[in-house]
Amino acid sequence: MIFLYAFLVGGLICVAGQILLDVFKLTPAHVIVSFTVIGAALDVFSIYDKLIEFAGAGASVPITSFGHALLHGAMAEGHEHGYIGILMGIFKLTSAGITSAILFGFIVALIFKPKG
Amino acid sequence: MVKLNDPKNYSKNMKSYQPSVPYFMNCLKAFLFGGAICVIGQSLQEMYIHSFHFTKDNAGNLTSATLILISALLTGFGVYDKFARYAGAGSLVPVTGFANSITSAGLESKSEGIVLGIATNLFKLAGAVIVFGVVSATVFGTIRLFIEHLLK
Repeated sequence: MIFLYAFLVGGLICVAGQILLDVFKLTPAHVIVSFTVIGAALDVFSIYDKLIEFAGAGASVPITSFGHALLHGAMAEGHEHGYIGILMGIFKLTSAGITSAILFGFIVALIFKPKG
Repeated sequence: MVKLNDPKNYSKNMKSYQPSVPYFMNCLKAFLFGGAICVIGQSLQEMYIHSFHFTKDNAGNLTSATLILISALLTGFGVYDKFARYAGAGSLVPVTGFANSITSAGLESKSEGIVLGIATNLFKLAGAVIVFGVVSATVFGTIRLFIEHLLK
């Protein structure tokens, strides 16, 4: 069942992105930036957590979960150390994603030749 | 007779000359491909939890890392960009699109050298995501912490 929900929720988030591209004529950069901010905003009232519980990877694979994870890490440290914790915790949960993106992106760019 | 260089109604007059956007087909493609990438992510996560006995958090991190690796490799082979032309937002919104923007920016600037080309331009597009993510998370986090202190 989780696979069906992942497919539906993940697909619908992508449809929202497509509508922003086609109907509102936003550039791809504006779309992913908006989604990151929306993901962080939805985490203020822990709405996004419920979506991840419900849809699994359908909510954690789209870029909205990047904004959610930034705020989530910030809040975890913030509860422990106060306002300074927000600065300490922001990259706590997203570290794996950002590090692997830099690492693999750099290695692939070194090895492969640009195409097209 | 419609005056084409009429500056007031320019965008209205030009509309009939622009190609019409296949809204429904684009949304359907985005839905199917975006959903499919999420199902792949879910399968990876289940595999890491049940076959390799990782905790749920670690499995989530490993899933993102795996999807990022796959996307970076496909970008290197020139496959992801062809797929992106077809899938639209279905390839842009998942974390694979983030990895694709980093890798393709690096590949594109390769001719300028490793330091000035690849390393400098790696975050050409992804930088905007990180900047806005960090700024919004800081603002929202401060507000939420402030409200929680008030409610105590």
